[in-house]
Amino acid sequence: MIVIIDYDTGNTRNVKKALDYLNIENTLSADPAVINQADGVVLPGVGAFGKAMDALRERQLVDVIQQVAAKGTPMLGICLGMQLLFDRGFEFGENAGLGLIPGDVIAIPEDLGVKVPHMGWNLNTVTQNDPVAAGFDQESTYFVHSFYVKTAPENILATCDYGVKLPSIVRRDNVIGMQFHPEKSGQIGLNGLRAFKEVIENANYSSN
Amino acid sequence: MLAKRIIPCLDVDHGRVKKGVNFVNLTDVGDPVEIAAAYEKQGADELVFLDITATNEKRKAIVDTIEQVASQVFMPLTVGGGIHTIDDMQRLLKAGADKVAVNSAAVNAPDLITAGAEKFGAQCIVLAIDTKWDPATNRYVVYTNGGRKATDLDAIEWAKEGVAKGAGELLVTSMDKDGTKSGFDLKLYQALCDAVAVPTIASGGCGKLQHFTDVFKETNVDAALAASVFHFGELTISDVKQELRTNGVTVR
Repeated sequence: MIVIIDYDTGNTRNVKKALDYLNIENTLSADPAVINQADGVVLPGVGAFGKAMDALRERQLVDVIQQVAAKGTPMLGICLGMQLLFDRGFEFGENAGLGLIPGDVIAIPEDLGVKVPHMGWNLNTVTQNDPVAAGFDQESTYFVHSFYVKTAPENILATCDYGVKLPSIVRRDNVIGMQFHPEKSGQIGLNGLRAFKEVIENANYSSN
Repeated sequence: MLAKRIIPCLDVDHGRVKKGVNFVNLTDVGDPVEIAAAYEKQGADELVFLDITATNEKRKAIVDTIEQVASQVFMPLTVGGGIHTIDDMQRLLKAGADKVAVNSAAVNAPDLITAGAEKFGAQCIVLAIDTKWDPATNRYVVYTNGGRKATDLDAIEWAKEGVAKGAGELLVTSMDKDGTKSGFDLKLYQALCDAVAVPTIASGGCGKLQHFTDVFKETNVDAALAASVFHFGELTISDVKQELRTNGVTVR
């Protein structure tokens, strides 16, 4: 069972609709006990970094997310949910993130002649072989964000060119992030959710 | 590079798609879910739903429509029409909309833009502007109430104010061009894109492929919206994209 972490962020239901459409068993929950038992965890998110971390803290979800990540449960952060996986965010001041992947979340520079937010369909280029990213090379997905992740190349599976080369898919072991919205990126995006399901199945297989 | 977006617009009345020509004369063209799915197959980048239901008590129909579309169609969905409060926005976003467009209500109470942006993020709040050139005063005048009521506002100034108040995107319809099929109002969009830095959607006037090339080559808009040319199959989205690709415009 995939648990979508429910912390009053806008797009949780759209992630659920996409998983339902794919017949992937899932539930929305903010209950640490339920999250702890999950085969896979999806962390959605729209809005600002600091406010989202506050919302996780208020619901006492930070510890359980860090625990399930540490025990190897596959985790997928989407959009702001991906950014929260990193050490620090600099949206409206400095805020600590979940610290699951080393790196910072910084503003897309506006002096490069690009409009901010980065909103619309943009092309992905895969930079490392990985089943999660395989379907995205030279495919467009839907992005909506003003901040981007700065992390070591070893954590980056795909990038997208928007003045800067911003990481569009990241992965460190069982922790995966997609900067775009796979639930809003047509068939290509849905394939990304299917790939996450396979990560979960492989993790279950190897732990049995 | 970011792709230029092609956006079919679906006018929805009591759960059915209609097309108003010059904002009147409705013709039923069909079921929203079927039409949305067909546009997704054609390669639409986003869908805009305008709720043109006149009576407030029937407005929950649009929430059901969005709920159904969002369960079957996986691309960005914007909803406008009759949005007056944060609660209206909340209901539509919960049903599966990604963005909400405000028009008359924002003119009457501009703080609605700020309240929406603070609660849902600026990327969620689209300021829709209907405008007509006024030769007497030499400016674009903003209209509300579905194009029926002229205001004192200058469209370019109102766009700037809306962005300052938190609008993350503009959807600007040229009433002079709407329904004419004589091309987008290039002068309007040049002026707008010089004035604001947020993504802007051009609407009104397209009738042939060349018009899409013109609006992306001659102005800095991010997206072009059309209804009847797509609804009645005069143009397909894949035709439009092929045309744009041939002319060196980045599309998906």
